[in-house]
Amino acid sequence: MLRGLFNSVQIAVGAFGIGLLIGTGGAYGKLYGGPVMRDLLEVYTTIVRAVPELVLILLLYFAGTDLINRVLEAMGYARIDVNGLVAGIWVLAFVQGAYATEVIRGAILSVPQGQIEAARAYGMSPGMMLRRITLPAMLPFAIPGLANLWLIATKDTALLAIVGFNELTQETRTAAGQTKAYFTFFMAAGALYLALTLVSNVIIARIERWSRRGTPSVAGGGR
Amino acid sequence: MSPSTAEAESGAAEAIHIEQLHKKFGDLHVLKGVSLSARDGDVVAIIGGSGSGKSTLLRCINCLENPTSGVIRVNGEEIKLKADSHGHTVPADRRQIERIRSKLGMVFQNFNLWSHMTLIENVIEVPVHVLGVKRDKAIATAEALLDRVGLADKRDVYPAFMSGGQQQRGAIARALAIQPRVMLFDEPTSALDPELVGEVLKVIADLAEEGRTMILVTHEMKFAREVATHVVYLYNGLIEEEGPPEQIFGAPKSERLKQFISNIH
Repeated sequence: MLRGLFNSVQIAVGAFGIGLLIGTGGAYGKLYGGPVMRDLLEVYTTIVRAVPELVLILLLYFAGTDLINRVLEAMGYARIDVNGLVAGIWVLAFVQGAYATEVIRGAILSVPQGQIEAARAYGMSPGMMLRRITLPAMLPFAIPGLANLWLIATKDTALLAIVGFNELTQETRTAAGQTKAYFTFFMAAGALYLALTLVSNVIIARIERWSRRGTPSVAGGGR
Repeated sequence: MSPSTAEAESGAAEAIHIEQLHKKFGDLHVLKGVSLSARDGDVVAIIGGSGSGKSTLLRCINCLENPTSGVIRVNGEEIKLKADSHGHTVPADRRQIERIRSKLGMVFQNFNLWSHMTLIENVIEVPVHVLGVKRDKAIATAEALLDRVGLADKRDVYPAFMSGGQQQRGAIARALAIQPRVMLFDEPTSALDPELVGEVLKVIADLAEEGRTMILVTHEMKFAREVATHVVYLYNGLIEEEGPPEQIFGAPKSERLKQFISNIH
C-alpha cells in the first residue's frame, strides 16, 4: 500500500507540475495570444472541464496509447508499451492544465496593471517581464486556486485504478480482495489520503505566506 | 518645432524631440499635432486641464501609448514605428524601444512599485536584470539613492507597508538607479494625501536643481513655476501656449490659459 501511495504521489507531483506549465502557457495564450490561439485554448479548457475526468482518462489512456502506436507503426517503428506511470502523469496533467489555465489567467488579471506597465516602461523584454514581474506578482492570487488543484490531483490519481495502474486505491483493492479485510484496508487508504492532504496543507500554508510577503494581512497587524 | 529659445542658444544637445504627434483612441482624437523639444538640463512642465492630453503626450515618449502618427526622437534616435495588421501604429523594433525605455526614468501617478519586492529590490531590479550591472555595485548605488530620498531605513520594507509619499520617493530612486538621460514624471503627486505632497516635490526640486533633464506633467502650478525652465499649456490636444514660466504664469496671452490659471489659484 505504501508503494501505491508513493506511486500516487509521483503521479500527482508530475501531473500537477506539467499542469502548471500548461496552465501558465495557456493563460498567456488566452490573454495575449492571437485569435486562433485563443479559440483553440477556449476549446481545450471548455471540453476538458466539461467531460467527467473518468471518461477523459479512459479516452486519453486507451485512445491515446492506441494513437501513439498507430503513428509509430505508420512511420515504420515497432509498437511500444506505454508506461502506466508516464501515461497517468500525462493524462492527469492534460486535465489539470485546463483548470490551471483558468486559475492563472484570473490571477494574472488581478495583478495591478501599473506594475506590469512599470516593467514595460523600464525596457523589460516580454520574457523577463513574465519571469520577474507577472508570475511572482500573480502568485498570491493564484495560490488558493492552485492549492485546490493540487489536492484534486492527489485524489484524481485514484481514477487511474480503472486503467489498472497500481496507485494507492488499486493496491488497496488488491490487498483487501486477498485478505477479505475490506474495512481495514479502505480505512487505512482513507487515512493515507488524509495524511497526504494534511502534509500538503502545511506546505501550502508556508508557500502562501511566502508569496504574500509583500501584502499586508487582511486582519491587519503587518508582517 | 518649438524649442525654448533660451536653451536653443545655449547649444545643449537635444534629449527629446517630438514633432507633429497625433494620438487617436478609436474615434477620440487626443493629441492633434503636438511638437515639443527638451535639451539637456531642461525641465519642461506640461500643464493643462483634465482630458487635455498631457499624460498621453508623456506616455507616448516611451511608447507606453503608441502614437498614431508623428516623429519621436530620444537622444537623437528616432523611434521606428510601423503599422500592425489592425492598422495600429506599433514600435517596429522591440529591442530598440526596450533600449530607449531603459534610458528614460518614468515616475507614475500611482507609484507602481513592484509589490513582491522590497524597496531595495525594486531599485536594483532594472540595473541588474535589464542593464546588466553587477549586483553588489547596483546595491551600493541603490543604497546611496535611498539615502538621498530619505528612505535608507526602509531598505528592506515591502511597498505596501510604506506611505504614499515614501512609495513615490522610492519610485523616484528606482528611476534614478537606471541613470536616466531624461526623467519622465506623470502627475507624481496627484495620488498623494496633501500632507505628503511636499516631501515628494522637494525631491523633484532637488533633481531640477542639479540640472537633470525632466519632463513633468503636473497640477502643481506653484511648483511648475518654481522648477520649470519651460512650460507647455495643452488644451484639447494642442499646445495653446508655451514659454518660460514667468511668461506663462505672469503674463499669459491666451484667454483659456488665463482662465485656467485663475481657476487653479
